[in-house]
Amino acid sequence: MTQTAKKKKLRLSYEARNALRGYSFILPWLIGFLLFYVGCLVNLVRYSCSAFNTENLQEITWVGLDNFVTAFTAHGSFNQTLVSSIMDMLIDLPMIIFFSLFVAMLLNRKFKGRGLVRAIFFLPIILSADAVGAAITRATELMNAGVTGASAEMAAAAANGGVSVSYFIELFGELAMPPTVLEYIVGAVNRIASIIQGSGVQIILFIAALQSIPGSLYEVARIEGATGYETFWKVTFPMVMPHIITNTIYTLVDRFSTSQVVKLASDTYRNYYQYGLSSAFSLVSTLITIAILGLIVWLLNRRTFYYN
Amino acid sequence: MSTLSKRWQEYKSSPKYFDSKSRLQNGAKNSVLSLFRFILIVGISYVILAPVIGIVSNSFFSRQDSINPMVFTIPINPTLERYTMAIKHLNYLPVLGNTLLYVIGVTLIQLLVCSMVGYGFARYKFPGKGLLFGCVVVMIVVPLQSIRFPLYMAFRYFDPLGLVTLFTGAPTSELMSSPGPTVIMSALGCGLRSGLYIYIFNQFFRGLPKEIEEAALVDGAGTYYTYARIMMPNATPAVITVAVFSLVWQYNDSFFSATFNIPDSILITRKLDGLVAVIANAEKIMTLREQQLYFDAGVVLVLVPVVIIYLILQRSFIEGVERSGIVG
Repeated sequence: MTQTAKKKKLRLSYEARNALRGYSFILPWLIGFLLFYVGCLVNLVRYSCSAFNTENLQEITWVGLDNFVTAFTAHGSFNQTLVSSIMDMLIDLPMIIFFSLFVAMLLNRKFKGRGLVRAIFFLPIILSADAVGAAITRATELMNAGVTGASAEMAAAAANGGVSVSYFIELFGELAMPPTVLEYIVGAVNRIASIIQGSGVQIILFIAALQSIPGSLYEVARIEGATGYETFWKVTFPMVMPHIITNTIYTLVDRFSTSQVVKLASDTYRNYYQYGLSSAFSLVSTLITIAILGLIVWLLNRRTFYYN
Repeated sequence: MSTLSKRWQEYKSSPKYFDSKSRLQNGAKNSVLSLFRFILIVGISYVILAPVIGIVSNSFFSRQDSINPMVFTIPINPTLERYTMAIKHLNYLPVLGNTLLYVIGVTLIQLLVCSMVGYGFARYKFPGKGLLFGCVVVMIVVPLQSIRFPLYMAFRYFDPLGLVTLFTGAPTSELMSSPGPTVIMSALGCGLRSGLYIYIFNQFFRGLPKEIEEAALVDGAGTYYTYARIMMPNATPAVITVAVFSLVWQYNDSFFSATFNIPDSILITRKLDGLVAVIANAEKIMTLREQQLYFDAGVVLVLVPVVIIYLILQRSFIEGVERSGIVG
């Protein structure tokens, strides 16, 4: 039996045997992907159009688009949570990308104590995760409250002509800076802790990207007399552009999976037993996120130069 | 006087002058830049470390310190009472042992499966490869959180392809409240961020020279022998990168533990969730301020193992990231 099987196998061409080997390597993942991902995505669509018997979750009845209608017209907080989650994602995205690129360039240079600084900067990968994240968030809030309290005291002490943030905000407003830009900057300053917490992996990816830029390009730039500013925009930036796309994907997905709307969806089924509604929430928010992601990646891709 | 000014004019027009001027300028520029960099690094480090320092110092606060507004960060009457209580109610060492067993086990499974899949995609041509690799990207783009409820249903009524019903008559729910779902999903390449790990391994293996395998083939090594004994030892940077990510994320994960209700005797992070309530009940500590101090001690205890893992692997991890071609 084994003999014939072996003979049969030997008769296959080299390519066919290679293909079989390839399949054998990816087989476990393929089963898992079909079973869990494809299966669950199909079920997600099915569940979102169904009503559940809370006594026995296997008894489901088809209700069409009722859950979606409820989600958008009747549910108290879904619309608001969805919009604010997406706005948060979109506001954080450019900040995280630029911050992590900046830090990566900073850490890519050689200086004393670089090892220590790197170890500190990658700590958020450990600390921002959800299980201990709550405690860290609380501690951050306490610290922030302390800082705010201190600055309030300072403002009170230096009331006669002291530094006041709101004064500067007004000043820039009167200098005809668009209020939206101003709000964005003020918002970004307020988010600085969350941006730093959220950019550990991105910094790593950018450092790896910067390491992969051939040194000869910088040499050429220097010989041609380019300034540091020009070198950044003409060499570094185009070369890390593909990795900006990678980081955009990672950041958006990461922000989405920790967003309020995802939390709302899981609360809806865990605490309120509205299974169909929860599935509708998940489906809608995921589709919107993927559409935004696709749009951004498409826009970036058109402007990307691939070195290889 | 005139000779002096003449010499000065000469010196000014000579290349020597320009050299010294530019050197001075450069020196000033560099020191300003490095000062700027130093301030920036200290500032960002503070934002990252401040909450950690706060938690660690709070965990040593005694009752007097916690209500004394003069005490900031450094306790006057430090106490270890928070720790003894937290260790007692966390059942620290046994639960931590279970947790590490679970986390390391899942990490090993992830390493094996994701490296295999990454290797298969990197080195073999087969029909539908592009489409299938697209599926890996789908796994990265659609987070597990999106399919949380269907996943819950899949394991609440566990019945893959009707096999369980075929043998026992009804779907089983025995896998709930156990590490079973995590292990199964990781073994089938769908664990926590498996898509990312597959991607990392794929990028790394693609960067290795093909001659290595050709030499192995000529020397008579089989497919799986080549993978296990020749390619994997060469993939150390990628292995370390994925191992660190997987260890740390799995340890801190709350998605699997909450969705599949993994008991808190196995996961110390779940034990931590209930710590405040347990201490408040058992020790009759009712002030929120003091409960928070116990919680801080618990957080420190839970964080210590990951920080140790991180510090041990940190250097090779960062080198690994730089060399692993993670970005290809």
